[in-house]
This record gives sequence, C-alpha cells and structure tokens, in this order.
Amino acid sequence: MFYDVVIIGAGVTGTAIARELSKYDLKIALVEKEAEAAFGATKANSGIVHAGFHSAPGMIKSTLCVRGNYLYGELKDELDIPFKRVGELMIARGPEDEERLEFFLKQGQELGVPDLKILRGEELYAFEPHLSHTITAALYAPSAGVINPYEFTYRLLYNAIQNGVEFFPNHPVIGIETHKVITEHQTFEAKYIINAAGVYADKIAEMAGVKTFEIKPRKGQEYLLDRSCEGLTTRVIFPLPSKTSKGILVIPTLDGTLMIGPTAEDGVPADDKSTTNEAFEAILKSTQAIIPEIKACSLFSQFAGVRPVATGDDFIIGPTGEEGFINVAGIQSPGLTAAPAVAELMVNILKKQGLKLTQKGDFNPRVPRHKKVRTMSIEELKKAVAENPQYGKIVCRCERVSEAEIRQAIREGATTLDGIKLRTRAGQGRCQGGFCTYRILEIMSEELGIPMTELTKKGIGSNLIKKDIKND
Amino acid sequence: MTKPVVIVGGGPAGLIAAESAKLNGAERVIVIDRERHTGGILNQCIHAGFGLGLFKEELTGPEFADRVSKAALKAGVEFLTETTVLNINDQRQITTTSEKGVDTIDAGAIVMCTGCRERPRGVIHIPGERPAGIYTAGLAQKLVNTSGYLIGKKVVILGSGDIGLIMARRMTLQGAKVLAIVEVMKNPGGLQRNIIQCLDDFGIPLYLSHTITNIKGKKRVEQVTIAKLDDKMQPIAGTEFTLDCDTVLLSVGLIPENEVAKTAGIKLNERSNGMIVDENLMTSVDGIFGCGNALHVHDLVDNLAVEAKEAGKNAADYVNGTQFEKSTIDVKFDGGFGYVLPYKVSGTKAVRLQFRVRAPHKNATITCNGFTKRYPHLQPNHMESITVPAENLTSEVCLCLND
Ligand SMILES: Cc1cc2nc3c(=O)[nH]c(=O)nc-3n(C[C@H](O)[C@H](O)[C@H](O)COP(=O)(O)OP(=O)(O)OC[C@H]3O[C@@H](n4cnc5c(N)ncnc54)[C@H](O)[C@@H]3O)c2cc1C
Ligand SMILES: Cc1cc2nc3c(=O)[nH]c(=O)nc-3n(C[C@H](O)[C@H](O)[C@H](O)COP(=O)(O)OP(=O)(O)OC[C@H]3O[C@@H](n4cnc5c(N)ncnc54)[C@H](O)[C@@H]3O)c2cc1C
Repeated sequence: MFYDVVIIGAGVTGTAIARELSKYDLKIALVEKEAEAAFGATKANSGIVHAGFHSAPGMIKSTLCVRGNYLYGELKDELDIPFKRVGELMIARGPEDEERLEFFLKQGQELGVPDLKILRGEELYAFEPHLSHTITAALYAPSAGVINPYEFTYRLLYNAIQNGVEFFPNHPVIGIETHKVITEHQTFEAKYIINAAGVYADKIAEMAGVKTFEIKPRKGQEYLLDRSCEGLTTRVIFPLPSKTSKGILVIPTLDGTLMIGPTAEDGVPADDKSTTNEAFEAILKSTQAIIPEIKACSLFSQFAGVRPVATGDDFIIGPTGEEGFINVAGIQSPGLTAAPAVAELMVNILKKQGLKLTQKGDFNPRVPRHKKVRTMSIEELKKAVAENPQYGKIVCRCERVSEAEIRQAIREGATTLDGIKLRTRAGQGRCQGGFCTYRILEIMSEELGIPMTELTKKGIGSNLIKKDIKND
Repeated sequence: MTKPVVIVGGGPAGLIAAESAKLNGAERVIVIDRERHTGGILNQCIHAGFGLGLFKEELTGPEFADRVSKAALKAGVEFLTETTVLNINDQRQITTTSEKGVDTIDAGAIVMCTGCRERPRGVIHIPGERPAGIYTAGLAQKLVNTSGYLIGKKVVILGSGDIGLIMARRMTLQGAKVLAIVEVMKNPGGLQRNIIQCLDDFGIPLYLSHTITNIKGKKRVEQVTIAKLDDKMQPIAGTEFTLDCDTVLLSVGLIPENEVAKTAGIKLNERSNGMIVDENLMTSVDGIFGCGNALHVHDLVDNLAVEAKEAGKNAADYVNGTQFEKSTIDVKFDGGFGYVLPYKVSGTKAVRLQFRVRAPHKNATITCNGFTKRYPHLQPNHMESITVPAENLTSEVCLCLND
C-alpha cells in the first residue's frame, strides 16, 4: 500500500499530526502497536494543559507549549471536549523561593504566557483557602487548563478518520527501510515516515538507521482521591520545579476530584507501569505540605505512565539523515499541551521537505456531539430518551453512563474494555467496574460480534475470561 | 388515595420490606429495581444456605429470591424493573429513568434498600501492575454463576470475606486451582461454616496476617508476591514468597451503596457509609426508612428479613398516619463493638439492637443500663442482636462488653 505519510504511534502526538494532515489532500496511515490509540503515555498523565512558563526560551518545547495551550481554545469546540482553564499556581515558601518565582514570571512573559502575576499572603489564601500557610506567595497563570487526555485523543482520531486517515491498531512496527514501514501484517510504503512512538521512538529511529538520540524512560505515578477531597483546590498547584520534573502536584481533574502526583523515577524499563506504596507515601507527604487537609483514606485509584525523556532534555522534531524519515521524539511533559502545536509544526516541516500540500475542500473540523447522561438536566435526559431509549438505561451507576453511550463508543472504534472505560468513564467510578463490567462485556460481545471469551481488557493476551464452561 | 410506599431496590431487603408494607395496610407499594429480575445479589449466589430461619429449609440464593419475589407479588406489590432511581428530592419525589422514559413518583414513604458494593483494588492500593485478571469476588461470581464463564485457572484470593470463600469453592469445582486465600487480619472475615465447607474441605490454604504486596503481569496476571504482616500491619521483610497465577480475586469488604440516599439528604455514617437510622429504621429524613445491606452488611439473609419486615411495616404505618415517638436518646457503645444499630432510640419501647464485636470472645456478657445478656461465643464475622426492654432504655443508653 502506498501512502503520502505513515505515522508511527497513535498517542496524542501522532494522532494530532494525523488530524492536522487530514486537512490536506493526502493519503495517510496511522500505525499503532496496541489494540487502541492512547494506550501509551497519553492515557497516564496529569491531564494539564500547561501555561508554559516552566521551560527556558530557546527550547523547542517552550514555544510549542505556549502555542499548544492557545490552540486548545479552538480545538475544544471543534472536537467537543470539555476543557477548563482552571489556572495554575507555582508556590513559594520564603524570600529565596520568591526570587525564583520572579524568574519564572519573567521567563513566562518572555515566552508570551498571558496574564501572569504573583499573589502573596492574604490575597493568595483568599484565592485558595486550603493552602498551607507556610506558603508565602505563588505565581498564577490563568491560561492553564485541564482536559481528559484520552478523550481528546479519541476525538482527534475520530475526526482524522472522518477526514480519510486510515488507522491500523495492533500493527507493531518491526522494521523500517527507506520509504517503507514494516509491520507483522503488512508493509506500508510512504513518501514520509513520522516517528511518534513515544517511549520507543529511539527503537524506531534505530530501525531506520538513525542513532542520534536515546530515550530514558521516566516513570510517574499518580493517585486519585475521592469526593471527600473535592474542592480543596480549584487550581493546579505546583511546587518549584526540580531538575528532573515539575514536582509533585495537586491537580483538580475535570471532574472536580483531586489527583496527586506524579513521581519522577529514572532507570525504569519502558513498560514499567507499576505503582508502589513508597511512592504513594512520598506523594502524600509532599502534597499534604501544600494542602494539609488531603487525607490518605480518600485514596480511590492509581496508575503510572512513562515519559520519554530524550538526550538533551528537549523535544526532537524534524527530518533526519534518512530520506523521508522524520522524528517527533522525546515528547515528555508538556507533550500533551504541545500536541496541537507539534502537529502545526509538522505541516511546515513536510512543506519544507517538498510534500505538496493542497487543502481539502471538504475537510470537516467537527465531530458529532457526544451526549452524556451524567451532564444532562432532567429535561435533556427526557429528550434524549425519547430519541433513543438506550439513554434511559444506566449501565455504569457510579458515573451514570447509559447503554447508548457504551454502544456509541464501540461504534466509534472502542474494541477493548479499557477503551470503553477511557471513552465513556464507565467503570471509573467508586466501584471501579464491579457492577457494570459484566453488562459492558455483554454489550461488547453483541456489538463487536465476538464471543465473551475473546474480549480483552487492553488487547491481545489480556483476555478477561478463560473458558466458557456451559458450552464446554 | 394515599401516596404509595416506594421501595428503592428489589433485592431480598426490598422485596421483604415491600410484602410487609402491603400486609401491614399500605394501599399501594411499588418496588423499583434497575435489573431485569428482582432478587438483587441473591441471583448470583447459587449455593445453598439461604432461608433456614425464614422458611425452615435450605434454599439457594435464586430460590430464595424467587420465593420472596412471589410473596411480594401475591401480596399485591407492583414491580418496576429495568428502572434506575436517579435521585430523590426533599418532597419525597423520586426521579427514575428507563427505556420508557424519565418519570417522577410522588411517594408517601420510601424504604431505601439499595444494597452494597464491593471495595475495589484502588481503594486499598495493592501495589504492582494492572493486567487483566483482577476481579472483585462478586463480579467473578456473577460471571461464573449467571453465565458460566470461567475467568481463570490459577487463582489467588485476597480477603476471607464470605464471597471470597464461596468463590474459592466455586472456582475449584469448576476446575480452577485456588492457590491461596490471603487475609490481612488475624481472624477470617467470613462465617466459620464457610471456612470449613469452602476451604478446609478442599485443602485450600488460608494465610492469616498476610497480604499481597505486588501483582505482576503485563497483559494478564502472572504472579503475586505475598508477605506476612507484623502487629502494625506492615509487611515483614524476608517473609515474601511468590505464587504464579493468572487471576486475583478481591474479597476485601463491602460498602453500603447509598448514593441515591445522599441525593435525598440522608445522613450516612462516615466510617461505614451506612445510613443512620433510629429505632423505627427511619433515616435522618422524615418518611424515608432503610434496611438491608444499605444499612449494614448482613451475612445472613434471615437477619436481614427481620429488619426488612420491620422497615416495611413502619413505612406502611407512616403513610397511614402513625405518629412515631421521637428518638432522642443516642445509643453509645464501648470499644469492644464495631458498631451498634440503631443509632437512636425513644425509650418508649423495647428495641432489638444489632451489633458486631471487634474481636472474638468466649462467655461474654453484654449489659445495657442494667439489662444483661450472656453470649457463649461472639465473633466479629457474626452479626448478633440483643433486645433491650423499654425500662432499660430510658436514660443514656450504653452497651458494654465484658469478658
Ligand atoms: C506521569 C506523567 C504526567 C504527565 N503530565 C503531563 C501534563 O500534565 N501535561 C502535559 O502536557 N504533558 C504531560 N505528560 C507528558 C505527556 O503525557 C506526553 O508528552 C504525551 O502523552 C506523549 O504523547 P506521545 O503520543 O508522544 O506518546 P505516547 O502516548 O506514548 O504514544 C506513543 C505511541 O507509539 C506506539 N508505539 C510504540 N512503539 C511502536 C511500534 N513499534 N509500532 C507501532 N506503534 C508503536 C505506542 O504504543 C504509543 O501508543 C505527562 C507524562 C507522564 C508520564
Ligand atoms: C455474595 C454473597 C453471598 C451471600 N451468601 C449468603 C448465604 O449463603 N446465606 C445467607 O443467608 N446470606 C448470604 N448473603 C447475605 C445476604 O443474602 C445479602 O446480604 C442480601 O442479599 C442483601 O440484600 P439487599 O436487598 O440488602 O441487597 P441486594 O441484594 O444487593 O439488593 C439491592 C438491589 O437494589 C437495586 N438498586 C440499587 N440501587 C438502585 C437504584 N438507584 N435504582 C434501582 N435499583 C437499585 C440493585 O439492583 C439490587 O437489586 C450473601 C451475600 C453476598 C453479597
């Protein structure tokens, strides 16, 4: 099969690129090793659209972060995703710290981060009343926001597919030759190959003969708290950053509940997504120093993700010595924020490389709106049920997800239990799927037309049921 | 016509409460349940061991559910199934949703019987990876019992609650190998009869004062690490051992499911999440009663039946205009008890107080303002009760446990 562009990796980076390129008259393939998109770092991060004052001017990630933040304002409407500019606060304890705040203020202003200001003492406590009073000042960036990173990616993917992108899940790339991407199942021929393989980007580059960088995986564990801690902060709160990370944060999720984390653990395998008690205790301790009311007993769920940190600590974006092979590597934080800007940049890179780009006349930037029972008023729900009775059937009671939404998710491409969970929130509530998993499996089996024994949690090998006893 | 008594939840608690409300003079009684079939959790409990107290014979869960469903129907109770209650407002108006649409029911009295949910992995944070093959025991039970799916072949169970014990036997009978039951406490959580019938009879090892400290596996569970715990419940270094398995079942506790109750403004016990009720099983909201697992987790359906009948009768009396004595006396208890129900009494009538102790006791006595009852055996995994006469409930009520 011949393509203009083959993108390797359907994380937020690869998917945003695919969607941006789908505005042009091009034949595009998005190739992913996992069963679904967003199963890499994209599903396991803090979900913050950073304001962009953290990294130094001159680094690629700094400019792309500020630009990415801006672009979310447009994308949220086109892709019908919730996005709240909740703002972020970087906190200081005493004069020395406050000097560093001044530094970040200037750095942010230089990069064009809008409306930055420093809040002190009573003004700060009035702003966030649950903050520890050991904190004396904070840099406030109102443009920062929170999103649901996987929902964003699935909407990007859906829209890319609407506009002609071909998506190939379960296609691990095992080799690359000039203008060829080889997977177990098929070989894709391409004018341009874009390497957006996240934590494996160095392996993909190596397959193409590019050995200019190395990826050092850096694990981050995150812990979700239940409703009892809701409202302790409405803004994202950072300590001053360390060399390796933005530090351990308190994050109000889109949902209002809090998330605390992440750790920054070096020297781990690229696929290490385990959580540990030590990390939880460390995270708890440092976030309680920010908000003393955070309680261990409100722990509710946890996960870990792995950041792809490249040699040089910056993003590596651009053509290589290999003809037609372009890297988008080292996309560590703020990669989620930067993704829309990375996609824009990629259009320019391809243009410079000589790819002919003709805008499509029929590009459709909008996805169909998703109806969600959990956010409906009674009147809206009445209307929805009248149109489709399945909106009246609640499958996930904790997050109030209807049968219609589950079926919709499958029709939009979900093939695994985790894929449905990430798309709809079913199974993400207080019982964590204890009640609804069974019904979801039944619906999956029906919609996908495969027996229960073949259903998986997250792709090949993760089957949920070993044997059908009654048909034995 | 008086407004109906509405029962939220059609498990055994709801069904028995409904029948009782009808038999005690309520004009109209409606049971609402989200599932297609009434019976609640019992529909998946296909083992025998239900109803010895109520029917004087040993029934399976579905048989028991069927009997109480039929009894309610016979008494004239109306069923509204495949209907979810979304919320209840301060006028006792209930909003429901189903394929037929969104509705509002104006209730004269309500009995909350929404059961409980299982505590999931995230809440107790078992460290390690997140492969397929980790299930709560109740979900596993549903998959195996209601549709005949074997979820795994080599199983480790965390928690010795009754569902975990029953699933150990069930999985074994289905050809799986249950390698161990791991329990953090010094004593098993489930009933003694289940330890014998489900573990001992099959030679399944029970590790008390142990826990799972790691789960390994990228796609499907591959291995767990188990360690012994010290008195402070911390893993003791050097005691770790591993078991290769493909499945981990969690039977680490049940939590009363009271999200709908919360929408009605009903006060919950912060520790247990159960509804706070008085001697009439009335919640903090006038005219709304509660019973069953939504109140406190029952290990025997027969205990639950006594409570549910009472709740149903009181709801019927309430719609028919009975004025209940105000319960103003707090029920207090010493550190030997896990909890005591109800939370408040009026002092005008004898009350059956239900309780659980924290540790096992032999030949203990329980006293309440001079009233004493002797118990040859008290076990934390066994709910008990004491009926205290009105004259001992007049002043401050305090239950004391003495060895
Ligand atoms: C704990 C944590 C917190 C973070 N918080 C934030 C935040 O708050 N804000 C922010 O902006 N950023 C944050 N980040 C960073 C952000 O998550 C990443 O930068 C972003 O998700 C990277 O997306 P990606 O598409 O480049 O990589 P990934 O999502 O990892 O996608 C790469 C894809 O390539 C696929 N792939 C790999 N090898 C192959 C192969 N051989 N063949 C085919 N496909 C392959 C993978 O399966 C994967 O799907 C955080 C990261 C972590 C880990
Ligand atoms: C696995 C297990 C094994 C047991 N084994 C035994 C045994 O061997 N012997 C014995 O005597 N006892 C046993 N018990 C104990 C006893 O039978 C149960 O505790 C009892 O079934 C609980 O009844 P319930 O009606 O309170 O709750 P449930 O049976 O859980 O019923 C609650 C009902 O409420 C419905 N509901 C909840 N919320 C809503 C809403 N918003 N809208 C509509 N409907 C709603 C649910 O669908 C459900 O049908 C066992 C319990 C369990 C959990």
